[in-house]
Amino acid sequence: MILHGYLPAIVGGLKSTLSVAALSLLVACVFGLLGAAAKLPESRVAHWIADIYTTLIRGVPELLLMLLLFYGGQITINNLADRQGWGYIDINPFMAGVLVLGFIFGAYLTETFRAAILAIPRGQIEAGHAYGLRPLQVFSRIVLPQMIRHAIPGFANNWLIMVKATALVSIIGLDDMVHRASLAASATREPFTFYATIAVIYLAITTVSLVGLHLVQKRYSLGVRKVDF
Amino acid sequence: MFDWPVVLAALPDFFRGLRVTLILLAIALATGFVLSIPLAMARVSQNKWLSMPVFLFTYVIRGTPLLVQMFMVYHGLAQFEWMRQSAVWFLFKDAWFCAWLVFSISTTAYTTEIFAGALRQTPSGELEAAQSLGMTKLQIYARILWPGALRRALPQYSNEVVGLMHATAVASTVTLVEITRVARDVYYNHLSVTDSFGVAAVFYFVLTFTVVGIFKLLEKRYLKHLNRKVSGPVPAR
Repeated sequence: MILHGYLPAIVGGLKSTLSVAALSLLVACVFGLLGAAAKLPESRVAHWIADIYTTLIRGVPELLLMLLLFYGGQITINNLADRQGWGYIDINPFMAGVLVLGFIFGAYLTETFRAAILAIPRGQIEAGHAYGLRPLQVFSRIVLPQMIRHAIPGFANNWLIMVKATALVSIIGLDDMVHRASLAASATREPFTFYATIAVIYLAITTVSLVGLHLVQKRYSLGVRKVDF
Repeated sequence: MFDWPVVLAALPDFFRGLRVTLILLAIALATGFVLSIPLAMARVSQNKWLSMPVFLFTYVIRGTPLLVQMFMVYHGLAQFEWMRQSAVWFLFKDAWFCAWLVFSISTTAYTTEIFAGALRQTPSGELEAAQSLGMTKLQIYARILWPGALRRALPQYSNEVVGLMHATAVASTVTLVEITRVARDVYYNHLSVTDSFGVAAVFYFVLTFTVVGIFKLLEKRYLKHLNRKVSGPVPAR
């Protein structure tokens, strides 16, 4: 039998790996856009807060941040629940993983998005304002479509790092591929087989992502001249 | 915020953990640097038989999570009878050896790509000038390509050093008592997040900024010619 019948279990773990990665990416985009907006030269206080956020997050290992935010968040929420008399709240590792990963990678995406916005010629944004577009319209019609092109390489990198970082979420109790593989490994006493299997699956995710992002890049670079040296 | 008696009691452990983190970082970095030099040369080679295997190596290592690689080596290899019978088994039983091996392989893959990228950015004129002077291939690498490429690689290499330093936290999952492991032990004993993970975060933070600072100094020294303030007026935008 393939993998002693553990293949469905591993595939089930793949589902939570992918959904954690995808949802965290969404959360990270929100934090990244907020951070990038805060770092534009509009408000000094917002810039300051965003600077602290990106510097702190990028100075500490993801694994440690995960432990810190997971246990810290759990204690904070339960203290709050105690005071409000809600009783004990068990934190779902899935949601915790999504929020923690999203918060961490939001710091990295902040820098990616900021650089992407700065790459857009300032005059285009001014022209948008001059035509009477509202700030949100300027963002959605002028900044966003071009920003995506500039942000793709950094974005791709972060997505790949994030898929791999989901493996760490198994340490705080997420029932992902790594967790399933380690259960199967101890049940069958064939750890190498199972860890190698999930390594291959991670590699497949990487490959598919790279192909997909190449297509997206092509789509958003339509009409942009390539420089040949 | 901190419970100072607990923090002070744990500090000696944290410093022992810091030592383990720094040793892991140093031995993996040194191995990775030495291996990346020939591998980067193979990676940029015109010869497909040289460049393809290196590309495959970096692709596989960079495409899989470090944690899984660590488990494969530390827990996985015990699955094979021939492995357990072999003469090198005493090495693979040792968490230190496995951590060194996995971190070295990982940083070699990333550093090889960084160095290969820096080599490719060499202005073609430099290469042609060296060739027209009749330098041998080895001379060109030693005198022209590497001195420039290693300089250009500095900013990215600094990122890799920080990345590897953060990656050493994964060693806490295979019984090595580095900073993160110390933090987890303190947490389980005192159930206080700030006194455990908070203190560890401060350690990593200081480490990160030390590494970044060292590389800023190196860049100042070795990328001086690129510093626009020194070499001429800033072009108008």
